[in-house]
Amino acid sequence: MADNSEIRYLAPPTVDVKKKKYCRFKKSGIKYIDYKDPQFLLKFINEQGKILPRRLTGTSVKYQRKVSKAVKRARHLALLPYVADMLK
Amino acid sequence: MLKHYETVFIMTPVLSEEQAKETVSKYKKLLTDNGCKIVTENAWGLRKLQYPIQKKTTGFYHLFEFQAPANFIADLEVAYKRDERLLRFLTVALDKHAVAYSLKSRNKAKVVA
Repeated sequence: MADNSEIRYLAPPTVDVKKKKYCRFKKSGIKYIDYKDPQFLLKFINEQGKILPRRLTGTSVKYQRKVSKAVKRARHLALLPYVADMLK
Repeated sequence: MLKHYETVFIMTPVLSEEQAKETVSKYKKLLTDNGCKIVTENAWGLRKLQYPIQKKTTGFYHLFEFQAPANFIADLEVAYKRDERLLRFLTVALDKHAVAYSLKSRNKAKVVA
């Protein structure tokens, strides 16, 4: 019976290395988020049409507010749905 | 002092072509009469709405980018609200980044066209 301590893994267990999140707007230097372009805004909402939180996207506060304002304007103009299923 | 604004409105699809054009020209005249300078204007045409508005699923979208005195915007919005051919409208003040963005996208369109 193999001794427990001698259990050797075939491959080293990949601990979930923490990927450093970055704000894509600061990196790419985007200054204005256009509310008229639903294709671009689709990246920031999930399948149900809800705005993705900062902890998932990693965007900074300043641009997260611009994104949410743009998404809400796009919803007002029926460019984005308020609720959706399988939006992507 | 003229500030930059941008307004997008959706016209009901029931309109015939020339009625839609007439509505747009009515607002264009309203803008130019009150000392506004229209920077650009483009029609997105008939588009599908992501959710029905007043039981309609499509609409004629139209965009005006203009410079206007700040006090004129209230009257403009009253005119929009009163017009029953408009399903929805949105007027937005443009800051310097937004103006730069629209200028750049316009030049890009010109280069590609």
